[in-house]
Amino acid sequence: MATKIFMEALSPTMEEGRLVKWNMPEGAAVKSGDVLAEVETDKAVMELVARGNGILRRQLVAEGVTAAVGTLVGVIAAADEDIAALVSGAAAPTAAVTPPAAAASAAPTATSTTGAPPAAPAPPAPASSGPTRSSPLARRLARESGIDLGAVAGSGPAGRVIKRDVEAAVSGGGATASAIRRLPSAIGAAGSEYTDQPLTQIRKTIAKRLAESIGPIPTFYLTAEFDMTRAVEMRAAMVAQGEEYKVSVNDIILKAVATALAAHPEVNAHWLGDKIRFFNRVHLGMAVATDDGLIVPVIFDADRKGLRAIAHESRELAARARERKLKPEEYTGSTFSVSNLGMMQIDQFTAIINPPECGILAIGALDDTPVVVDGALVIRKRMRVTMSCDHRVIDGAVGARFLLDLRRMLENPLMLVF
Amino acid sequence: MPIITYREALNQALREEMARDDRVYIMGEEVGVYNGAYKVTKGLLEEFGENRVVDSPIAELGFAGIGVGSAMAGLRPVIEFMTWNFALLAIDQVVNSAAKMLYMSGGQFNVPIVFRGPNGAALQLGAQHSQAFESWLAHIPGIKVVSPGTPYDAKGLLKSAIRDDNPVVVLEGEMLYNTKGEVPDHEYLIPLGKADRKRTGTDCSIITSGKMALVAMQVADLLAKEDIHIDVIDLLTIRPMDVEAIYESVRKTQRAVVLEEGWEVCGIGAQVVDYIQRECFDHLDAPVLRVHQADVPMPYAKGLEKIAKPDVAKTIAAVKQVMYRT
Amino acid sequence: MATTKKKTSIKCEPVAVRTVGDPALDRELLQSMLLQRRFEEKVGEAYALGKIGGFCHLYIGQEAVSTGIIAQLRPDDYVIGTYRDHGQALVRGVAPRAVMAELFGRIDGCSRGKGGSMHMFDRHTNFLGGHGIVGSHVPLAAGVGFAIKYRGGDQVIVCFMGDSVVNIGAFHEALNMAALWKLPVLFVIENNRYGMGTPVEKAAAVDDLSRRADGYTGMDGIVVDGMDVHAVCEAAARAIARARTESRPSLLEVRTYRFRGHSMSDAVSGTYRSKDELDEYQSYDPIFSLRDAMVLASTMTVAEWEALEAEVAATVQDAWDFADASPEPPPAALYEDVLVDTTS
Repeated sequence: MATKIFMEALSPTMEEGRLVKWNMPEGAAVKSGDVLAEVETDKAVMELVARGNGILRRQLVAEGVTAAVGTLVGVIAAADEDIAALVSGAAAPTAAVTPPAAAASAAPTATSTTGAPPAAPAPPAPASSGPTRSSPLARRLARESGIDLGAVAGSGPAGRVIKRDVEAAVSGGGATASAIRRLPSAIGAAGSEYTDQPLTQIRKTIAKRLAESIGPIPTFYLTAEFDMTRAVEMRAAMVAQGEEYKVSVNDIILKAVATALAAHPEVNAHWLGDKIRFFNRVHLGMAVATDDGLIVPVIFDADRKGLRAIAHESRELAARARERKLKPEEYTGSTFSVSNLGMMQIDQFTAIINPPECGILAIGALDDTPVVVDGALVIRKRMRVTMSCDHRVIDGAVGARFLLDLRRMLENPLMLVF
Repeated sequence: MPIITYREALNQALREEMARDDRVYIMGEEVGVYNGAYKVTKGLLEEFGENRVVDSPIAELGFAGIGVGSAMAGLRPVIEFMTWNFALLAIDQVVNSAAKMLYMSGGQFNVPIVFRGPNGAALQLGAQHSQAFESWLAHIPGIKVVSPGTPYDAKGLLKSAIRDDNPVVVLEGEMLYNTKGEVPDHEYLIPLGKADRKRTGTDCSIITSGKMALVAMQVADLLAKEDIHIDVIDLLTIRPMDVEAIYESVRKTQRAVVLEEGWEVCGIGAQVVDYIQRECFDHLDAPVLRVHQADVPMPYAKGLEKIAKPDVAKTIAAVKQVMYRT
Repeated sequence: MATTKKKTSIKCEPVAVRTVGDPALDRELLQSMLLQRRFEEKVGEAYALGKIGGFCHLYIGQEAVSTGIIAQLRPDDYVIGTYRDHGQALVRGVAPRAVMAELFGRIDGCSRGKGGSMHMFDRHTNFLGGHGIVGSHVPLAAGVGFAIKYRGGDQVIVCFMGDSVVNIGAFHEALNMAALWKLPVLFVIENNRYGMGTPVEKAAAVDDLSRRADGYTGMDGIVVDGMDVHAVCEAAARAIARARTESRPSLLEVRTYRFRGHSMSDAVSGTYRSKDELDEYQSYDPIFSLRDAMVLASTMTVAEWEALEAEVAATVQDAWDFADASPEPPPAALYEDVLVDTTS
């Protein structure tokens, strides 16, 4: 029984891969699990493993060639097995093609009433059968009330979204709006890693309107200047205790952010188009500049890790990122991210949200700054942070409350050990 | 208000206009001594004499042309076709002469003529006598086409048609002559080119004309009991069509059914649907449906004839379909 | 069937020496016919140069018919005709400039450029048009006769038609009602021997087209030589008087011949008719035979003829120049004249 070797999706976002190197020549004996080839994805070089036993009969994609996910790149088969039929189809894409909705061709026949009474409308098609069908009126109403038609279930023929469906979606908004206010307690429920919050009408409207005004992610920015004097003093005290206590200011910031996020699930969230996912765990992404570009490895459960663990993990992840050694699972799954350009002497900047996350915190440089404290001019270590917020999820006050907590922690870093 | 038949209403219109303007005369088969095949011209010969109520030989092409020629020379003929089925013999005079004279003479010769007669299927008259010609005639620039469904409309429209300085085709319903309705004592005219809202509703528009207006009103009354409220737009004049009335109604109801007596292909409904999709696209919550005669020559057999015709049941089914209530 | 059809001759009577009449009247007749001839020749030239498009039917050879008949009419009488209408429009009094401008499709045409060659109309001269559907205008003529009688007037209408019209239903329906109701109509068959390319004897089941009148009580059927303008005048005068005074229709068959093709797209000879036949008929040319008779009778000098030629040529050239300078109808004219915006 022959086994087809396909270009596999080796990262969550991979759409195509470059076959860097075949690790086995044609004719080699292969066991399931053997590394057949190295494939460069959009993020890293990954291994393509055998999913069957036999002889690597054919390599259909040459080294250095980029192939779409799903492309047949090789065949494993018994030595005497006829694989001509398999190979001849190599040029054709092998990814499953979604057939066009069968109902589409049937619908027009119902639109003319001839001598006989009109036929009953076709049953609603599954939502996955293609683009959302909708009446022109439903489209206009949805546009006017900021409804995402794709999120509305159609009750018309072949699942057509019609006026009443949009109206139901609009009036349904009021009922679910109260749910979001109850959210913090819901998020606190033990044992679940996250809570899915269906989009309320107001949420949908905000999302739609803001997206139209600013682009795919309607972002706004909150900037705050923190007094980092105590945090710097704390770091200095720790470093003085020896190498094993050596942490960076950035580690302290990561710890503070993670701790604050744990208290603010409303910013620790993913925008999923038809719903918002609020996380009860904090997986903190940290932007790392590499020679190839930006990558964001993740400190999982950062809120539950101590400062030392965070310091160790952040150093280790950054190092492997620069060597392109990160595995996909190490750079996906973050719930919120931090980007720090302070070491580059950037005073303040805005970072781009890494979707589906809804926020990212941009850390500026520490500066000696004259400030007035209790009526006296003093020099303090000050640092500007700017939080980019996806307005579809995070409103201004919500982001501000998070930053207020973050400020308390960084300006009173002993809270971090509490 | 007096209640009279459609036939009497037409008769009143003819009598009043002949009395008003001595250039008006009526010509056709059996219009005089016989008082009209459908008695529309009853009593007119007696009142106005044979110079103005002219029995013609059975020669539609000839007397239609005589009508056009006399109109070019200053008269205002009313040409009666015993039925519009027979008018096919005269279609050259309607289309090539009456409709084009003004244009091809560069505006010099208008043709103030009325071609009128019963149109559409009656009962078991068979294929050659059961045809609705609205779309044939409304296709032609240079003529106006009216199709009244009630006695009130019949009188008001025919009087306006006779006074109009253009060729006007009046399609009367063969099945309507005996229907009754209120017609005021005082003189009135119904302007050509204006539709009439026969029922007011918010849920679905039915756009129709002529005999089918009665069907639409029945549909509206029946559906009202199911809390479905129909806006019935009776076009009255098919050419020029009151498109604004259609737009206003469809923008309100967001759903439309076009009901006509004739065949589907290139029918009046096709034109109405085109107007709607062009001007009301963003207001539609459902495809516009059409109800019309089956796409066959009219059969004689009673049962077959019944299912060939557009009717109340088919119209209700179409309304419910556009309302997603099936 | 063993019957043989006699080929109809243009001659209704033994060939006679052309007569001359009143010199002043003869000169008018000659001038009328010559204007049509030279005008149509110019039209042919303009067509060849692309100044005129579409269907275009020349009247050359048939000038005596329009001249002889229309000369008998009063200004308040009516004329209606076919698509071969240029000559009749000119004789009826439509300005050569307006006819040529119409042919050129210009705003100053008698139908504002919307009619063209086949649709000359002029309200001022009661010229009710050239009509493009064979036979279609014959009932219209009866209708005008009906209107005249309805109002008690004493006008008449002359309806020109080709020989092929006598076989179409509209002709019979119209003649029947005209006779039935005694309408003041003169139906004129211009028998030029061919309906397009089909000879009369292959189209009509009657040897003598004027006999179509026999089916309608009270209607006279008359035949006249269409190459002899005096004969046409005389026959038309009698029929028109009958229509005017007795309100009786007549059917006048005028035997004539077109010297050109049916339209601009067929050969003058060689397909459905021979060169010999054409030559023979051209020897009966209505214009030159009258001219020759007048010169022979000394009612006109050669110098006078040459002056007449020059005068006509100038008129025709003026018509061309006028038409060529006239603007095309503006785009706004497209939607004008479809309907009138009035009631009565």
